[in-house]
Amino acid sequence: MSSTSTPQLSPLESEAITIFREVASEFERPVLLFSGGKDSIVMLHLARRAFAPARIPFPVMHVDTGHNFPELMEFRDRTVAEFGVELVVASVQASIDAGRVRDVTGPRSSRNQLQTVTLLDAIDEHRFDAVFGGGRRDEERSRAKERIYSHRDEFGQWDPKNQRPELWNLYNARHRRGEHIRVFPLSNWTELDVWQFLRDREVPLPSLYFAHKRLVFSRDSMLMAVDPNVEMLEGEEPFEATVRFRTIGDTTCTAAVESAAFTIDDIVAETSVARITERGATRADDRVSEAGMEDRKRQGYF
Amino acid sequence: MRRREPLRFATVGSVDDGKSTLIGRLLHDSKSIFEDQLEHVEAVSKKRGNDYVDLALLTDGLRAEREQGITIDVAYRYFSTPRRSFIIADCPGHIQYTRNMVTGASTVDLATVLIDARHGVVEQTRRHSLLVSLLGVPHLVIAVNKMDLVDYSQDRFDEIREQFTDFAKKLELRDVTFIPISAFRGDNVVDRSANMNWYEGTTYLNHLESVYVASDDNLIDVRFPVQYVIRPHTAEHRDYRGYAGVPAAGTLKPGDEVIVLPSGLSSTIAGIDTYDSLVAGLESVPDAGPGEAVTIRLADDLDVSRGDMICRPHNRPEVTQDLEAMLCWMDSDAPLLPRTIYTMKHTTRTVRAMVTELRYRLDINTMRRDASVTSLSLNEIGRVVMRATEPVFVDDYRLNRHTGSFILIDESTNQTVAGGMVRLTNA
Repeated sequence: MSSTSTPQLSPLESEAITIFREVASEFERPVLLFSGGKDSIVMLHLARRAFAPARIPFPVMHVDTGHNFPELMEFRDRTVAEFGVELVVASVQASIDAGRVRDVTGPRSSRNQLQTVTLLDAIDEHRFDAVFGGGRRDEERSRAKERIYSHRDEFGQWDPKNQRPELWNLYNARHRRGEHIRVFPLSNWTELDVWQFLRDREVPLPSLYFAHKRLVFSRDSMLMAVDPNVEMLEGEEPFEATVRFRTIGDTTCTAAVESAAFTIDDIVAETSVARITERGATRADDRVSEAGMEDRKRQGYF
Repeated sequence: MRRREPLRFATVGSVDDGKSTLIGRLLHDSKSIFEDQLEHVEAVSKKRGNDYVDLALLTDGLRAEREQGITIDVAYRYFSTPRRSFIIADCPGHIQYTRNMVTGASTVDLATVLIDARHGVVEQTRRHSLLVSLLGVPHLVIAVNKMDLVDYSQDRFDEIREQFTDFAKKLELRDVTFIPISAFRGDNVVDRSANMNWYEGTTYLNHLESVYVASDDNLIDVRFPVQYVIRPHTAEHRDYRGYAGVPAAGTLKPGDEVIVLPSGLSSTIAGIDTYDSLVAGLESVPDAGPGEAVTIRLADDLDVSRGDMICRPHNRPEVTQDLEAMLCWMDSDAPLLPRTIYTMKHTTRTVRAMVTELRYRLDINTMRRDASVTSLSLNEIGRVVMRATEPVFVDDYRLNRHTGSFILIDESTNQTVAGGMVRLTNA
């Protein structure tokens, strides 16, 4: 191809588009999890590519802990409006108010774990039967094991020891009422593939991903943003640093990394030589135990 | 130039032959392990009282796997070198988890069968090699591992090569390469071994980087299973009607004469769209080949829906309700029983089907055909005759992995219970 601005469809992109179309064909009520983070942005763009010139035939859903970076919320709303998709917000605060979960307090508290209840309640309420997630197998060791179509029982549980065989590109969509399938179109992408896609397709991103000056403090050798929802401990001192975010969850569980990557080309370059995984560098939630993610996933987490 | 696809490869073989260690070694010596992952593995190894870093812990990601020290399900790992990027499917070796091995091996370009140099070819070597052969994996590496434990003996390596070659005569393997390695010591994995000067071939990584796979796609027999019909219903695209999907084989171009199955009606390709071509206002992309997700428009207004197939008028798949197949049974709860009705998924088409005749069960060890059986149980492989409720559009699996493959789903449990490979000739 002559044009460099529109590179050929890559094999990974074709694979993801095929999965989107397959789900739209075989499920009644799919939904795409959309947080405004980079993986979900890639997902939304791939969904648009799968169905053009028609609109994306399913809504998107944000599981909102209430502890968000303001930049991310603004980006979320702008993007949803631009794409003309319906946004469902599942609120952790509403789950707390309804007594479904008890809020956690204290300096190290995070609503990250509470999201599972809110997510499962919303799936139940809206009767979603397929839930697209942006999870990638390169992110974490239990995700490395997960199928592209991942069955969830009526409790939202994943049974990693008894996954369905998944041969060729023939996906088994069958499930009982009340059960659902989590679908991961980006399963075979790496962090670098995501950034290359965002660069090659000139996708707009929240400013948080680019290097900027920010007040941070050091905790467990990670840089946490100073934020009203994060209580600082004695001895933790705020200081200004030039940082960016490699992953973005909510403010209580996501750390920044020191970086001078101001453009997307800088980020691609930085990512291709990174020596620490994105979750290892920035996610407080994965440090819980040797099997932190697996345990949360079994209970229905993303 | 089309973007190069990552090489997908699987590691298979018996338990404890060192599959996970080989991958750990490959990642470690090609500097593809992230620091936090290595620290984690070192810490866990130490906690367990190991006197060495157990690289297998890099891929054994489930709690149960780490507790038992075995691989239960396939783990996917990603790495790249300046020459190529790779997707690894690290498959379990236990017979109990064969269906997970089949999951991992069904999509790969290359399979590596590990053999413990001390034990030679064992039952799981034969089982996995047979499955790799049935699954039509185009390239095979026989990695004779743990050479350090047989004093790096050339005689032992040659003996195992003969053993395997003798057994493999009964299989359909196209491209087989033998490499003596020690995954634990690192011999011939990434770096050439100083302990086996008698070996003149390449290292394992070098072989992976250079194996040629572009010719593995079937570029001749045009097969386009219609996956999804795109109808925008918007003012701007009121009359747009596109058939979304991926060519299973062949290359399609605007102007090509085509027919649609099962109706048999003919038309020509008016244009082939991608998101980029639509945004750029192009009439069509130049062509679409295997693996490319596109949307086809036809010149005539035909009734075409999901599960139909677009192909060339003079090169059609078999349109049939009756077919023969090699079946790999994967259900741990119930055996295959002839005349039970299952849901059959084949390309984008879903029908119902039953096995009308079980011709034989294949004995993994002897390769003998046992015609006396009346059912297949977990991990058994058999030759079956099937009948479907509606016609399916099939090719022999050996000519086309997409139009020759299907799965069966149990309609009461929703489990995927079998993988099938269509056999059109009496082979």
